[in-house]
Amino acid sequence: MQGFDRKGMAARLAQDIPEGWVVNLGIGIPTMVGDYVPLDREVIFHSENGILGMGPAPAPDKVDPWLVNAGKQPVTLRPGGSYCHHADSFAMIRGGHIDLCVLGAFEVAQNGDIANWATSENDSAPAVGGAMDLGAGAKRLWVIMEHTTKDGRPKLVEKCAYPLTTPGAVKRVYTNLGVFEIVPGKGFVVVDLAPGVTLEQAQAVTGAPLHTQ
Amino acid sequence: MINKIVQSMADAMAGIKDGSTVLIGGFGAVGQPDQLIEALIEQGAKDLTCVANNAGTGRQGLARLMELGRVRKIICSFPRSAGSVVFEELYRAGKIELEIVPQGTMAERMRAAGAGVPAFFTATSVGTILAHGKEHREFQGRTYVMEHALKGDVALIEAWEGDRWGNLTYRASGRNFNPVMAMAADLTIAQVMHVRELGELVPENVHTPGIFVNRVIHVDRGPAWA
Repeated sequence: MQGFDRKGMAARLAQDIPEGWVVNLGIGIPTMVGDYVPLDREVIFHSENGILGMGPAPAPDKVDPWLVNAGKQPVTLRPGGSYCHHADSFAMIRGGHIDLCVLGAFEVAQNGDIANWATSENDSAPAVGGAMDLGAGAKRLWVIMEHTTKDGRPKLVEKCAYPLTTPGAVKRVYTNLGVFEIVPGKGFVVVDLAPGVTLEQAQAVTGAPLHTQ
Repeated sequence: MINKIVQSMADAMAGIKDGSTVLIGGFGAVGQPDQLIEALIEQGAKDLTCVANNAGTGRQGLARLMELGRVRKIICSFPRSAGSVVFEELYRAGKIELEIVPQGTMAERMRAAGAGVPAFFTATSVGTILAHGKEHREFQGRTYVMEHALKGDVALIEAWEGDRWGNLTYRASGRNFNPVMAMAADLTIAQVMHVRELGELVPENVHTPGIFVNRVIHVDRGPAWA
């Protein structure tokens, strides 16, 4: 079974972002999605620390220490970009002004529940950041993640075992094995499988039924 | 003459009491008032509740304040950053209390405090363990949870420019939590890279009007931040 590598996953998701959307990318693989939206397709990237119109990483000699993304990495501002404070930035999120949020996850359930912030109720130091605000506030939430854990356990499941970030919020999941839409009342519906991946192979490592359209 | 500019860190920190709730600006290192935190360490106030997005890194600044046993409780959204070793040690040993708050809820709780709004409803955290024990209400068919305003006795913030009336501007993503913290505290102390003459800041471009600021101190972070 081949499937996508991380860059391939990010590129596959980027294909589905239309011009004009305002998009918030989470930390990790989600951040890579920005690299695969062509510059001539105007997509506005929002960063919860108060950036609207965020651009790619700067050249090493052009780093501005005052300008970082949500993962605290140096970034740039595109022409037309602007800054705001945290309460306004989260008003954009909570107020439903963000078209799409892309997050990583530990688990996604077939009813759209997402768990991505704590691995138990007694986590040694849980760190939620803005994930719950984004899950509850963005117009749509897509998850990008590996299809299974490092030791091979399914991350697409019937019911999340980890503490939830947001119930019923995820609309789509992009993994190394394909793209899966969450259809209310039905569950995971296969949109696309990655090159070289069969439905049987994907089903074997998924913790809930995969439906075909 | 109104002059909020103070010349020494001792003057900047004057009157901060034990048991205070201290709001600390910044998102990671950006817009974080490092020199004010060092001055608070010197000043000696203890039994503090600190509100900050992150729980400090390394062993300086907020991490050092915690390591010295001066922080009773921390309210934050993302304590588990790379290098937050002191917090993790203290938390595991049960020596510090943690209130974990979603980032946007944390910002809005302080904005509400500054705006005289005692509580508000948000959909953030509904259906999760962070909503346990909180009042839930339905509006137009959706469930929301009640969150209370979060007020500070003191706010330590960093800005780019300030004048003697306390008007402030911020640089790039250095704005982050600083304006809402300035609004939410009884005593707001700003360290600024540049002190400007009254009238020099473009009125339309003032980010934090001076009414929210009590003290301004000039701190030059050096050429990397200029």
